[in-house]
Amino acid sequence: MGDAVSRQEAGPRLIDWRASVSGGVLIALALVVAFLLDTPWDSVSTFRISRPRDVWAVGNLTVPSQWFNVAASVLLAFLGTRLFLKGGGRWTAVALGIGLVVLAMAFLVWATAGKAISLTGMLQATVVRAVPIALAALGGILCERVGVINIAIEGMLLAGAFAGAMFGSLMGGWAGIICAMITGGVFGLLLAALVITYRVDQIIAGVVINLFVLGLTSYVSSQVFAEYRWLNKASPFRSFKIPVLGDIPLIGPVLFNQNLFVYGALILVTLSTYYLFHTRHGLRARAVGEHPRAADTLGIDVIKTRYAHVIVAGMVAGFGGAWFTLGSVGRFDENMTFGRGFIGLAAMIFGRWHPLGALAAALIFGFADSLQQKLSILNTPIPSEFLSMAPYIATIVVVAGLVGQARPPAAIGKPYVKE
Amino acid sequence: MSGEARSSGPAMSPDMKALLVPAIDSRSSWRELFILPLAAMFLAMLIGALIMMATSVAPETILQSFIAMAHGSVGSIHAISETLTAAIPLVLAGLGIGLAFRAGLFNIGAEGQMVVGGLAAAIASFLVTGLSIWLHLPLVLLVGLAIGAVYAAIAGLLKAATGAHEVISTIMLNLISIRLLDYMLRQPFIQKEGRSDPISKAVLETAELPRILEFLDGNLRLHAGLFIMLAAVAVIYWLLFRSKLGFAFRISGENPGAARYAGIRAGLTIVMAMAIAGALAGLAGAIQVSGVLGRATPGFTAGIGFDAIAVALLGRSHPVGILLAGLLFGALEAGGRQMQVDAGVSIDMIGIMQALIIIFVAAPLLVRRIFPPLFRERPRGGEENG
Repeated sequence: MGDAVSRQEAGPRLIDWRASVSGGVLIALALVVAFLLDTPWDSVSTFRISRPRDVWAVGNLTVPSQWFNVAASVLLAFLGTRLFLKGGGRWTAVALGIGLVVLAMAFLVWATAGKAISLTGMLQATVVRAVPIALAALGGILCERVGVINIAIEGMLLAGAFAGAMFGSLMGGWAGIICAMITGGVFGLLLAALVITYRVDQIIAGVVINLFVLGLTSYVSSQVFAEYRWLNKASPFRSFKIPVLGDIPLIGPVLFNQNLFVYGALILVTLSTYYLFHTRHGLRARAVGEHPRAADTLGIDVIKTRYAHVIVAGMVAGFGGAWFTLGSVGRFDENMTFGRGFIGLAAMIFGRWHPLGALAAALIFGFADSLQQKLSILNTPIPSEFLSMAPYIATIVVVAGLVGQARPPAAIGKPYVKE
Repeated sequence: MSGEARSSGPAMSPDMKALLVPAIDSRSSWRELFILPLAAMFLAMLIGALIMMATSVAPETILQSFIAMAHGSVGSIHAISETLTAAIPLVLAGLGIGLAFRAGLFNIGAEGQMVVGGLAAAIASFLVTGLSIWLHLPLVLLVGLAIGAVYAAIAGLLKAATGAHEVISTIMLNLISIRLLDYMLRQPFIQKEGRSDPISKAVLETAELPRILEFLDGNLRLHAGLFIMLAAVAVIYWLLFRSKLGFAFRISGENPGAARYAGIRAGLTIVMAMAIAGALAGLAGAIQVSGVLGRATPGFTAGIGFDAIAVALLGRSHPVGILLAGLLFGALEAGGRQMQVDAGVSIDMIGIMQALIIIFVAAPLLVRRIFPPLFRERPRGGEENG
């Protein structure tokens, strides 16, 4: 234990570096906003909020483009300089989060200068795109809180997407979701068996499961789906409006007129926050992740707790995976998750292993994702390939800026051997 | 194993050591080195057959597909040429991943490093003109090597400076490299004339790796990259086990605390290990472009960078082991193509089997439980009877 503390304290030199790097990034972004996102002083960006037929219609939001971007650049520069000179301390995550949001807004205002887009539509897309990332992050949190690294989240998402499409085509959407969750749970069980019982290196086990799922789903989709197309033709879940709440301007369409996956993700995040931090079992789970031997001494079954949580995490990821097929087009494509699981892990770190934090982080990534889509429609001079890199670059920045700032559960990555 | 490590005192990193044991068990026994991979392979083929059965492939087709695999990998001079050709990039990238492993780093970014290395090599191969093959070819390969090294060093620098886990940053760099490739292939000075899809111009003749079996048959694709691969195995062996830098790598991987006390600079070691790993992957990409493909296209790396992870794990991060594992995976690759043609079973089957082999190799406890006699009574023997 004393050793663990001393290792923690060996960190300050690194932490200075981290704050400087994050600060430097923010300052660089301020320069980007100031010099590259130039618009004429008299141009105005218009954001539509309501559609004409809405019950309570609200006027458009107009922003003077250049003024907004000057303000954004000043704010970024301020945050960056502060971080650079004084170090971030507890505020690095917040500063970085604000910085990324401001950057995204500046991009948006710049791209819409002289044009108009629907803000509601964009935020709606943000929430939709945040769903798989939030669920992946939630799966990661449930694993890591009990001390198991889950790199296999990506594979579990992919397996869920696959199972959702196949069983959804065979037996309908609900069965598809249930089968996706079961499939995710099976891979959770596999991961648990490998790392807990057979003590395989957790990262290797995760990477191998990812490779296995990628191989298996690609094999079946080229071997079977290519021939029997009806196996890969599920009808996706449509969005449904919650009465009254769905009519509130802006908030209504964004939060209360979505499909099952959005509601499911919000409920799961709430439930797991309550579970982890307000119930006895949640406390026990966290104890297993922090100090398994102490937990064992107190009579908590470390092995069983880990198995249970990794399997549940797999089910959550399976549900998130079903989003890719049953929540959008109903068809499975090879490797369609495209790194969302890893972005989810970054969101987990960003959110400091807390479900609500992870949800907030997922929303930022979702915003970047939907922004990229909007920007490519708005015909900006930036090539679409660079725009689609944005979430990945943001992930690197977040991981680099926050690792060590946000402390992972202490027992992470270590197999537990009962004495 | 980990109980042993645990009792070895609170010093620095029994945990880190325990974490790396499956990857770099340097004094593993003869059985671990040979029987385990064979048993793993047998199990992988068995499960592969079960999966084929589950997807309603007829039993005789399954048998036919295994025969096709054997035939397509070692059944003829053409098959052997294909196997070796497929093994070259796998071994090179695998050497890099294995070396990083030894230094305690998990480089999942070989795919991205191959992409940028191969792309840079392709660009150098048609933008630079008027050189003889003796100058142009080495230049092209060196460009690929250097760009791969720089790209991997980004992840190393981030890890050294901020502690960002290399697994996440290299995966993100992989995804970024794919977008970068798509973008670059559309640039007018790279894109092939008269094409609207992303495809590069052809590699000039002076930048092509010569085919070494052309005197036998013009269709044999095996190229001079074979010698580069063998040289790389020797160089990495020397680097890891005979040089000071390699010692620094290994001690950092096995015991970071001891490395710190020995005055080894952790940050520099991380960056160097990642850069060398990236150099090898970039070289693999350049060799693919210059020796096999003749141009860069979207997805030209075809997942070799990920398969190389499996090669490094199977080869236990030892250069010779990686060479053998790379040959095995090359054979699977070549055999898989034959299988697709002869038996109509999708080549993705090979991906499943590769992942399974690694699961079993990484979990010796599991294989021991499945085949207890192999690891206890009989000193030698085939696992086919198991």
